[in-house]
Amino acid sequence: MRISIHFREPNHMTSTTLDQKDISDASADALIMVDGVPLKQKLAETTKKQRSRALLLTVPLVLFLVISFVIPIGQMLFRSVHNPAGSNVLPNFAIAIQDWDGKGYPSEAMFELFVKDMQNARKKREIGKTVGNLATRMNYTIPGTRSLFTSTSRKLSKVTEGPYKEALFKIDKKWENKVIWRNLKRVSRDYTIAFYLAALDHKFDDDGDIIAADKLYQIYVSNFFKTLKLSAIITFLCLLIAFPVSYLLSILPLRTSNLLMILVLLPFWTSLLVRTTAWIAILQTQGILNNILVSIGLVSDDGRIQMIYNQTGTIIAMVHILLPFMILPLFSVMKTIPPSYMRAARSMGATPFTAYRRVYFPLTLPGIAAGTLLVFILAIGYYITPALVGGEDGLLISNLIAYHIKSSLNWSLGAALGTILLVTVLVLYWVYNKLVGIDKLSFG
Amino acid sequence: MKLTKLLASTLVGVSLLAGATVANAGEITVVSWGGAYTKSQVEAYHKPWMAATGNVIKSEDYNGGVAEIKAQVEAGNVSWDIVDVELSDAIRACDEGLLETIDASTLPAGADGTSAQDDFIEGTLHDCAVASIVWSTIFAYDKEKFPDAGPTTMADFFNVAKFPGKRGLRKGAKVNLEFALIADGVLAKDVYEVLATPEGVDRAFKKLDTIKGDVVWWEAGAQPPQLLADGEVSMTTAYNGRIFNAVAGEGKAFEIVWDGQVWDLDLWVIPKGTKNKELAMEFLKFSTATEQLAAQASYISYGPARKSSSSLVGKYHNKDIDMGPEMPTNPDNLKNAVQNNFNFWADNADQLNERFNAWLAG
Repeated sequence: MRISIHFREPNHMTSTTLDQKDISDASADALIMVDGVPLKQKLAETTKKQRSRALLLTVPLVLFLVISFVIPIGQMLFRSVHNPAGSNVLPNFAIAIQDWDGKGYPSEAMFELFVKDMQNARKKREIGKTVGNLATRMNYTIPGTRSLFTSTSRKLSKVTEGPYKEALFKIDKKWENKVIWRNLKRVSRDYTIAFYLAALDHKFDDDGDIIAADKLYQIYVSNFFKTLKLSAIITFLCLLIAFPVSYLLSILPLRTSNLLMILVLLPFWTSLLVRTTAWIAILQTQGILNNILVSIGLVSDDGRIQMIYNQTGTIIAMVHILLPFMILPLFSVMKTIPPSYMRAARSMGATPFTAYRRVYFPLTLPGIAAGTLLVFILAIGYYITPALVGGEDGLLISNLIAYHIKSSLNWSLGAALGTILLVTVLVLYWVYNKLVGIDKLSFG
Repeated sequence: MKLTKLLASTLVGVSLLAGATVANAGEITVVSWGGAYTKSQVEAYHKPWMAATGNVIKSEDYNGGVAEIKAQVEAGNVSWDIVDVELSDAIRACDEGLLETIDASTLPAGADGTSAQDDFIEGTLHDCAVASIVWSTIFAYDKEKFPDAGPTTMADFFNVAKFPGKRGLRKGAKVNLEFALIADGVLAKDVYEVLATPEGVDRAFKKLDTIKGDVVWWEAGAQPPQLLADGEVSMTTAYNGRIFNAVAGEGKAFEIVWDGQVWDLDLWVIPKGTKNKELAMEFLKFSTATEQLAAQASYISYGPARKSSSSLVGKYHNKDIDMGPEMPTNPDNLKNAVQNNFNFWADNADQLNERFNAWLAG
């Protein structure tokens, strides 16, 4: 109460005084427009109108961002925890089963709801609400239960009266397994962390405790680390190659540097697929490079080197594709460093190396920072190139996400992996900001 | 004002025109697996149908799976009118309500008068799907690589010491695990029984381990004949029709080994909610009639799903090659054969593919 008065009072005071001043000003100077409105007010109105009109220009961009960026990411976050199969397919049972304590079997009333809901779902056959959807979901939790659900649902049409528990057990003995009912209770909740657990190589055991997944099925955590490692290597190699090139570009006379720049930009403008396929033609075992090596006798015909469809292939192709993203910011920063600085350092007795290390190199840091950030973040989510040349061990996390979206259809797991990737990038960005400072970046 | 009027009248005119064309002839999008297989369908189904009805078919290729169907149906924006899918995918998509149901009794009777339900081979008619062909995954080798004595059994495929060279395998658990068990001495009829046990799965992966370092993985059906032709592999698993067409059509020196073949069905399905359901259904009935199924078997060596078509299957369309012995269903080829168990894969595909992916990366 006191606080609100405290804040409101001075505001109110100032606005009143201003108004009074305005009016007195206007009447004193008689700056009134033809239509009788004071000039100041008119001006304020016009600028406001202009400002809102200018704002209107950004509407398409904002709309575009919301539709193509905010909404999909929101959907992804939602899908990674949303667990609708249970309550969609078995709406009444899903609520009732939550009262069960997990000991013994659910009550006969729950069995009845289960049977009725299953029959209903089969009859209605609505998209996303079929027994098949629940069967798919349960099959993630207990592999091998899909056909139990679908075949039971076919046979349930004959069951018209209780006892429903016995009827189910008669249809298939597997229903006697209490583990199924305990998992069904968990699957019937609307939200779950099960997909995040799966994305981190963990799972719920039959008692609902979180445990590590079987070693034979662990793949995601190691792949996240591999993705980070490969991205770091690619970024470092890009920097190693781009630094001298950018330096050369920045000191050469304009005509030569323009030509060199075109050589950098030409591949940049070429289709990604064309460049990746070109690398396949060059690097494959029957490819150009191996043929040259064989013809000059460096390797034997049987000992052709495997340079593609593995990590090496991924690294080579991605370094080439991402190189311009390192060269361009570096070049634009180096271009602005006056050569006189180096000359000044030399005239004061610095050796060329010292002058370079103490004067030139620190001035290029904003470019290095921008280039590495750009390349690293692009590399961590790269998809097409590793998919084409990565073989088996060169696949990145984005390829596993694509697998779950395109092949296994476990979109929730794909969304969970995507969210983890997004969070990883944000955390890295935050660390980077702390270490380097984002305001120090220069993209040119 | 004037411009708006002009625009409006143009729009009306264009939409009227478009409406007129739609009334005359429809257009449907037919989706299949591309390459030699789609070509056989174009020759045997699409062209005759377009000639007979005046409708237009837009043919699209894909690599199998129900991801696109699921995405289109769930978004309520279905652009694929009829799709050629594998049996396990047809069953799964049907269970999840992604497909229109198809009443088998509306299908035309066979040329000899038997009703459709009796004419189609057992297990080829389903709630949402009608089979067109029986196809098979076999392995094939390049005869030039093994001039003296080529491999003859599945065990030979896994024997890199006796038959050196790289191997091509489809990337995925399905079929590879069956092949591995057969190579390890399991009888074709017992494969799924063994594979249903954890020990059986371990055994299959252990067998795959023995050639892991020598494998080139493929994904699209057109790749394996290409891998053989390029010399990237000395033998590869493949769809039998693709190898046959490389031999019959392009004169390649490839040889198919039928031992341990895993045969499966390809079926037509209609995604739920397509605007051209009637036309798609019309095309489905046309293409699965006795003559059409027999005709398609003269372009590629896949067996027709109707019994009445079998007697009509003759020679390859432009060469003197009898198609009968090239079919997966030929008794000689079925001696040690497995029918793909869609129920097993519906239950276990998630888990086994996950393990397969981990195995591949490790």
